[in-house]
Amino acid sequence: MTVSKFTEAQVKSVLGRMPYAKLIGVKPLLMGHELTLIMPYAQEVIGNPVLPALHGGAVSAFMELTAITQLALQGGHTKLPKPVGVNIDYLRRGKPMDTYARALVAREGKRVANVRVRAWQESFNEPISMLHGHFMAPRQSNNG
Amino acid sequence: MTDSPKFDIAERREKLWTIAPMFTEGTPHGAALGLKFVAVDIGRATISLPYNAKLIGDSETRVMFGGAVTALLDQACGLAALAALEKLDALATLDLRIDYMRAATPGETIIAEAHCYKATRDVAFVRAIAHDGDSEDPVASAQAIFMQIKSGSEDHMADRKKAAENIADARGGTARA
Repeated sequence: MTVSKFTEAQVKSVLGRMPYAKLIGVKPLLMGHELTLIMPYAQEVIGNPVLPALHGGAVSAFMELTAITQLALQGGHTKLPKPVGVNIDYLRRGKPMDTYARALVAREGKRVANVRVRAWQESFNEPISMLHGHFMAPRQSNNG
Repeated sequence: MTDSPKFDIAERREKLWTIAPMFTEGTPHGAALGLKFVAVDIGRATISLPYNAKLIGDSETRVMFGGAVTALLDQACGLAALAALEKLDALATLDLRIDYMRAATPGETIIAEAHCYKATRDVAFVRAIAHDGDSEDPVASAQAIFMQIKSGSEDHMADRKKAAENIADARGGTARA
């Protein structure tokens, strides 16, 4: 059963189950039922202090977290979805400022889902990084 | 196979061991995660990530977050790429592919071993695995492409060394670099 409507309390509850979300300071922004996650700028997510640039690993982890959160809410899963394989393209240097991410579930099967995530800073049309990958997200009616 | 390098191997090896911790303990994110430099050689790098409750991805299973393993692999691949390229300047990751083979065992340190199997003048192709003790039973594997970029600084590594020392000072610890 796909749930397309969810509340901020539900989003926070999913994020609360992932201690890593706290490490990179993730916050939700809900517009209607469209979820955007924010990774606020903090010294802790810098990878190259000279350029300066955000750590590619921090941006990747943030996008992965966005995919899992979107899937968990949309599918109404009791268990958190797990990544199987992801591809990440780094398109622009992550500047020392807030980063946003939004996930699009391209396909949700019985056990596995394909998700695309876009991360951006100044403009949605100028993504700094994009992720696509598969996640194990078994539907509640079929736990196999 | 990496093309025969245009630098003195013994000298470069020594230099790499000096600068490598700047990419692990010496970056703010590396310090926040707890990345630890293990070893570096021409075209090769090993970095570890000790288990920590902050890194958990699912409080029910207490398994380390996949994204933490991604960050570890990204950093190990980047260091192996740097260790294969002619110039020691800033690198940009073009893309990264991660396969998650199994859940990491809660409590165990994850070790990433990366190998740059081909380097051109400014592009490096890297493969890596992450395991928690047995490299025959990996947690994840990675494939990445890096490109050298112009950082604009005269000696990028010297600037990074300075930045790493500042980070260590701010944390009250001592830089290994």
